[in-house]
Amino acid sequence: MNNDEIKAALTSKSRSAKLERRGKIISFLCIALIVIAVFAIFAFVAVRGIATFVGTKVTLWNFLSKTAWAPGTTDASGVPKLGALPMITGSFGVTLLSALLATPFAIGAAVYMTEISPKWGEKILQPVIDLLVGIPSVVYGFIGLSVVVPFIRNTFGGTGFGILAGTFVLFVMILPTVTSMTISALKAVPRRYREASLALGATRWQTIYKVVLRSATPGILTGIVFGMARAFGEALAVQMVIGNAALMPKNLISPASTLTSVLTSGIGNTVMGSLENNALWTLALLLLLMSLAFNLLVRWIGNKGAMK
Amino acid sequence: MSREIITASDVRLKYGDFEALHGINLEFKQNEITAMIGPSGCGKSTFLRCLNRMNDLIDTAHVTGDIRLMGDDIYAPTFDVVNLRKRVGMVFQQPVPFPFSIYDNVVYGLRLAGVKDRQTLDAAVETSLRQAALWDEVKDKLHDSALGLSGGQQQRVAIARVLAVKPDVILMDEPTSALDPISSTQIENMLLELREQYTIIIVTHNMHQASRISDRTAFFLQGNLIEFAPTKKIFMNPDKKETEDYISGRFG
Repeated sequence: MNNDEIKAALTSKSRSAKLERRGKIISFLCIALIVIAVFAIFAFVAVRGIATFVGTKVTLWNFLSKTAWAPGTTDASGVPKLGALPMITGSFGVTLLSALLATPFAIGAAVYMTEISPKWGEKILQPVIDLLVGIPSVVYGFIGLSVVVPFIRNTFGGTGFGILAGTFVLFVMILPTVTSMTISALKAVPRRYREASLALGATRWQTIYKVVLRSATPGILTGIVFGMARAFGEALAVQMVIGNAALMPKNLISPASTLTSVLTSGIGNTVMGSLENNALWTLALLLLLMSLAFNLLVRWIGNKGAMK
Repeated sequence: MSREIITASDVRLKYGDFEALHGINLEFKQNEITAMIGPSGCGKSTFLRCLNRMNDLIDTAHVTGDIRLMGDDIYAPTFDVVNLRKRVGMVFQQPVPFPFSIYDNVVYGLRLAGVKDRQTLDAAVETSLRQAALWDEVKDKLHDSALGLSGGQQQRVAIARVLAVKPDVILMDEPTSALDPISSTQIENMLLELREQYTIIIVTHNMHQASRISDRTAFFLQGNLIEFAPTKKIFMNPDKKETEDYISGRFG
């Protein structure tokens, strides 16, 4: 090789360096696409949602606090009846109640599967839970409609539709999510902790609730918040059993509605650009902000309780 | 002569079909430090874990023979394992602080036993941390997480946690092998002081450590107890050739 050839070989990029760069560009494009999509969705929903308040007499405070929801009609002072409080109440009601109901069951199941009978749990219960996660929500909704609603009607009276029915359906839907995340949290507790606790004269039960559950608390909370996010965003199954009346719920068995149920039942029946349509986009924006809040909460819990 | 606190006779342990201990006979005397040495896999840790029945946690492990704590057969069906582990505490190779505050770590065993009185707990924390030679370093941050301490401090928290329940015997499974030399020396000095009140059985890879702190030394090889004698004799004038070879570094 003469000097020119050596110089050329040293200054041009090698094959592997080129490959490296190509790989970087491809993976960057993939992530850029996702980021752009997320921002585009956010921007689109935000523009539509904010339009409700621009050039109309509707204020944000009215939207969040009034209880009359009748887009297209106005009240005595000429302000459109856009009070979303019934839906907000419904959404938070079913979310919190179903999470409250699911948490003890999820922890119990997870403790059984990791601490008490790991072999059986691994072989039989884990597949069952994975299966439950995969069932389409319409199936849950249909079972809710044909089993849960009549059951509530016969037991408590009324129509059977309402927050209680929604809670039961969501409870079954989020239970596998919360359970499997609780299982991972319990499995992440080092075996050493259990041994050290037992060696100090703890019983197995004391070890579980004083060391294992306590160490796993951040992970369990994360699981619960994930379950709540799922419950909050679930549309179809809830819509099938909640009654879809945009009224302030009087009790757990009176027909009610959630942000999602009003959205899915109304979005096809309004004209794009009209106030009725924009009002629904505002509900969507609210949903989006809530799921953002859930995400931030998960991150915050994760950072705060990271096991060092 | 001090009296025997633990006597083990013909202890055999099988993992499934594999016999890891082939009939061990050993006696541990009260207020002495007994060191167990030997190459990796010789069964010394396994034997140690028979003494507080930690091997019960391994499904395949099966122990036969007779181990008595102050005359009581600890493998008798009526013997309470939880109570045994309160009387025979254990410190592990890796420091295992729970992810709680230093205070909560130290009182863990007492709270298990149902002690709720704040003053009793406070006093126990100070006494055990002083015994573990850690009090001066942590007295101002008792309610900080124990995970923020150095490895040597964490190990001393683990020791304080054992001391707080006032066991009769403390088992130590290579307690300093994950620590730096300074921390190891601190722990060794502490053990020499603790000997006044406790019986200590320590497994160690470090022969110098065994010679520095122990009263008696047991040498294990391939699941057998080769020789058990006062530490001086083991290191100066062992009876068995295997012991001499190991001590002088010819294998292991």
